[in-house]
Amino acid sequence: MQEMVLDMGAKLFAEHADASFAAHPDDVTEGAVAWLAELWDQVEELGLPLALPTEVQGGFELPPTTALGLVRLAATQAIPLPLGETMIANWLLAHAGLPPAEGPASLALGPTLDGDRLTGTAARVAFGRHAQTVVLLVGDRLVRATGATVTDHSHNIAGEPRDTLEWTRAVETAPASVDEQTFRLLGATLRSQAIAGSLDAALSMTVAYANERQQFGRPIGRFQAIQQNMAVMATHVAAAGAAADMATDLLPDALVGTGAFSAAAMAAKIRTGEAAGTSAPIAHQTHGAIGYTSEYRLHPLTRRLWSWRDEWGREAEWSDALGKRVCTLGPDDFWPFLTRMGALA
Amino acid sequence: MRNFLDFPAPPILPRQDDLRRDVRAFLADTLGPDYGANDRARSWNGYDPAFSRKLGQQGWLGMTWPETYGGKDRSPLDRYIVVEELLAAGAPVAAHWIADRQSGPLLLRYGTEKQRRDILPRIASGECYFCIGMSEAGSGSDLAATKTRARKDGSNWILKGTKIWTTYAQHAHYMIVFCRTGDTDDRHGGTSQLLVDLSTPGITISPILDLSGEHHLNEVQFDDVRLPASALIGQEGQGWNLVMGELAFERSGPDRFLSSFALLNDLIRVLGTAPDQSSVRAIGRMAAHLMVLRQMSRAVAGKLARDENPPLQATIVKDLGALLEQEIPEIARTLVPVEPIPGPKQDFAYALARTLMSAPSFSLRGGTREILRGIIARGLGLR
Repeated sequence: MQEMVLDMGAKLFAEHADASFAAHPDDVTEGAVAWLAELWDQVEELGLPLALPTEVQGGFELPPTTALGLVRLAATQAIPLPLGETMIANWLLAHAGLPPAEGPASLALGPTLDGDRLTGTAARVAFGRHAQTVVLLVGDRLVRATGATVTDHSHNIAGEPRDTLEWTRAVETAPASVDEQTFRLLGATLRSQAIAGSLDAALSMTVAYANERQQFGRPIGRFQAIQQNMAVMATHVAAAGAAADMATDLLPDALVGTGAFSAAAMAAKIRTGEAAGTSAPIAHQTHGAIGYTSEYRLHPLTRRLWSWRDEWGREAEWSDALGKRVCTLGPDDFWPFLTRMGALA
Repeated sequence: MRNFLDFPAPPILPRQDDLRRDVRAFLADTLGPDYGANDRARSWNGYDPAFSRKLGQQGWLGMTWPETYGGKDRSPLDRYIVVEELLAAGAPVAAHWIADRQSGPLLLRYGTEKQRRDILPRIASGECYFCIGMSEAGSGSDLAATKTRARKDGSNWILKGTKIWTTYAQHAHYMIVFCRTGDTDDRHGGTSQLLVDLSTPGITISPILDLSGEHHLNEVQFDDVRLPASALIGQEGQGWNLVMGELAFERSGPDRFLSSFALLNDLIRVLGTAPDQSSVRAIGRMAAHLMVLRQMSRAVAGKLARDENPPLQATIVKDLGALLEQEIPEIARTLVPVEPIPGPKQDFAYALARTLMSAPSFSLRGGTREILRGIIARGLGLR
């Protein structure tokens, strides 16, 4: 079943790889990627936005690594859709007893709550202009908001919309089962999975290129200097995938709050961010000048890596948070903390 | 190509929490309160046969082997827990380490029934120790260049050659010797592994002091050493496959990323519960790396438990693990303004000195970084 879902996802995203690439603007300083309406419709028809909620809640109750495995697969083709955001939004809504999102959804923080009205703006909301529903955490309330106004159209260096939103109409709220740090780490885990996917694709492209590109009368992949770099990249790609799955496996714990999910998610974002920073330069170095051109398909991957590692908390922020936890526990509890997979006690 | 980058989380088995608790209680009791950071920083180089025998009495050596051979039929995932707890505590495991980790499993798989019955129960009771007979002066990373040779004399083998960098040969009862037994143009063919009782006449073991002046390493000369026909492990000419199988055990475990753990733990003690931001950040980053490496290493153990041999995953864990092990003393010295001091005291400065001086070996033993990366590159399909 899980294999089937992932195979189906891989096939679907591969079919839309060309459209996904074509959706990129020539100049990312000017505009964001175009919305892939046709692919989003298929994503909805397949029920992917409801991958995580239980069957009782109207979802498909896929194991978290399968559901977010689809996010990783989408990233291998640089698919510009808020698939992961919509999955997590629906999962949080379901557990709060709120209705599922209409259409594509996103996650945000920022505004305050005054009765059933939101005050203030949410900045850099992923695909904010396309999100019909936004799930926000405001204090201890989970908020389901629709009908946002976009006050600023912006995007990340990969051209993915990162918009500022505000709301005037009434919103639905319920007690939230996650705190703000956990909410942000759910976003971080989506990015960790996406980074793992993008790294996977960048590694495949780079290996293929090294085997095909000839210089000095042989494929450059035969040179030990290239091989050693590629091996370094592969170890980081492997670590990123393992890190992202480590956090994803503990997703259910996010609703309980033992600290295990948050520690794993911090570690994952730290590790995948570092892997992105090490691997993207190797991919470009191996490709040479062709990899630096707009027509070549490496940059939709590497520009995402450079964006995603800074979204929902960069390595420094989560290292501070994880380090604080470790130092507070002290040396005698450091090893037990690691073997409890980051659970606090 | 993708499969070997996959590290699925292993299952949590029933009673594993109990096992972990038992090992921790045993270690606290056996090592005692005076066993400090410098002792622990020896990592798996601390030699203490009495400790090894106590572990054997607990049933924690050879624990995955069948009961017929002194084992406990436990899962490799249970063994993983015992091994990682020993390493995290910096317990003195060197006496039995190689026998339990790779020589025993090799004999279990390829040994004769007599070898298994004679030797495995003694390993499992913590009384029989092994050393590794791979490296030679002219054959380090290029293992296939081995020159040590065994020729047949009637039903006996006559072994001649010199092995080097042999850890704790001075204490070991046996060496598994990788050597040439045939003539062939194929560098990998014509090699075999022989089980050598180190009390056999004609063997000279000479110490090689390491850079800190300690005696772990040795040179072992075989001067026409007469061995029985039964010394052969597996089939004649099968040596290369056997030695590669041994290296998979050697490369996969938590001993490949926990070598500097004692120093990291002591660093956390020295920094206190509320250190400055750059310290907190560095600790958080190293904790993240450890969490991910442990996850990857457990995934390899999970594959071994399913009888899969994941040599590439093991290689990746070892390469990343050695990087972290070598980075820890470098980071520690930036955060704590003390100079490393060699000597027996247990303070941070002494643990730092020990770890600094051990660190070069982390990316040499069990396969150099460059060899590991060559293996990974081949796994990627680069040739």
